[in-house]
Amino acid sequence: MTTAAVEDLLRELTPQVLGGLVRRHGQFEGCEDAVQEAAAAAAVQWPAEGVPDSPRGWLTTVASRRLIDQMRSDHARRERESATAAEAAPEEVPGTDDTLVLLFLCCHPTLTAASQTALTLRAVGGLTTAEIARAFLVPEATMAARISRAKQRIKAAGSTFSLPAEAEREERLRVVLHVLYLIFNEGYTASSGRELDRPDLAREAIRLARMARAQLPEDGEATGLLALMLLTHARREARTTAAGDLVPLDEQDRARWDRALIDEGTELAKASLAAPALGPYQLQAAIAATHADAATAAETDWRQVHAAYLILERIAPNPMVTLNRAVALAETQGPRAGLALLSTLDGDERMAAHHRLLSVRAHLLEKAADPSGAYELYRRAAKSTASLAEQRYLESRASRVRP
Amino acid sequence: MKFLISLHVNPAVLDALTDEEKMALGSGHGAFIEALKESGELITTQALADPSQAAVVSVRGGQPVVTDGPFLESKEYFGGFYLIDVEGRERAIELAAQIPDAAIEGLGVEVRQVMFSDGTLEA
Repeated sequence: MTTAAVEDLLRELTPQVLGGLVRRHGQFEGCEDAVQEAAAAAAVQWPAEGVPDSPRGWLTTVASRRLIDQMRSDHARRERESATAAEAAPEEVPGTDDTLVLLFLCCHPTLTAASQTALTLRAVGGLTTAEIARAFLVPEATMAARISRAKQRIKAAGSTFSLPAEAEREERLRVVLHVLYLIFNEGYTASSGRELDRPDLAREAIRLARMARAQLPEDGEATGLLALMLLTHARREARTTAAGDLVPLDEQDRARWDRALIDEGTELAKASLAAPALGPYQLQAAIAATHADAATAAETDWRQVHAAYLILERIAPNPMVTLNRAVALAETQGPRAGLALLSTLDGDERMAAHHRLLSVRAHLLEKAADPSGAYELYRRAAKSTASLAEQRYLESRASRVRP
Repeated sequence: MKFLISLHVNPAVLDALTDEEKMALGSGHGAFIEALKESGELITTQALADPSQAAVVSVRGGQPVVTDGPFLESKEYFGGFYLIDVEGRERAIELAAQIPDAAIEGLGVEVRQVMFSDGTLEA
């Protein structure tokens, strides 16, 4: 097996092995370290010596041994427990539920979003600390400290390895989905830096979202989130020029959109809408599917897009949603209607100096034949963003309308 | 999100501090660094030698010209920085307020988001 294939296999198995181990021993922190060490050993050994007959059994055995060593060195306090762990090691336990429990644990509400994403990528995604550090462009020591702090917090919160109680499960699941969404976004648009697209994290988020959905096939939002990711990811090739410049949706070469991802995403988006409750990911997926459905930008069904934003605004009010609705409204009723809606956001402190509000207003002013107003706002928007690609794009729009 | 917290130092203000105050300033930075390391938010921090040691380099007619620094004629000089990776702007500002300089009149603490980085991270 090639190194890449081994890595894929390891990423798939790690959460299952970890889940089984935590279920048995209950100490997430120690188990997590042990499983990482076992996976690191396998990554070296398997490509050279071949994959064992039961790779999962192998990992469980090796991780259990590490855990025992660890427990022994921690004062050798419970000989009996160690013995049990050694005996039980190679046992195969169905792992599907464990992955979900792990996701809930890593997305524990006492953690910051940055810690939740890091811990999820490590414990559920099977990425090494070094890989996660690279993805977020921070030194490994920084990421290691963050992960270790996160594990301590989970321990301090007294979390047990079980699904959250029914009453809070819904709310906890929203956190899990949000973390996956953040991972995807981090990969899709780096919040700073020169690279607009970091496909590794986007792919990783899609893989995790597939896992989550497999566990929760009935949950419309889990399906909706996966659909949204696939439909967004489908546009990645068309989203930038060879030079790395941003291409807006209406100017993208749609022949470069990934048909297979669109088909799968559209199917899932439709399926998710059949769920009893409607949530923001389902609606955003429906909007992305509407865009994907249009052969050219001019053929976009803006009425449908606008209707979806209207519902989204009602169920999850958010200035960003209103902003997006203004774009759709401008397409159906003209730029002045869009600008009028934007003016309702002026009092919102979160939005006042946000580059998205400035750039959308600039765009609508451009459409409304007010080049000097558009120029001014494109320039201000360019100054407000921390993304180089976005800044270049906004500067180029500004030059285009320069009076 | 990455932010640079830059420290702008007025040497006259530093000189006017008592020994105890200087000690407190130093240990305040020490504690701040430890806390940042532990939370996994510190990327790196560096402090610069005295501005009187600065050289200003320019190239005129293809020839480098080196003069004594500092470049800016001001009371405050760029003295060092913290490069951090945090949840967002609010957190960066919250952290900046914990830097002892922020409580001393005449010392400046400035927070700016990082837009581009390369080369410094070994990871």
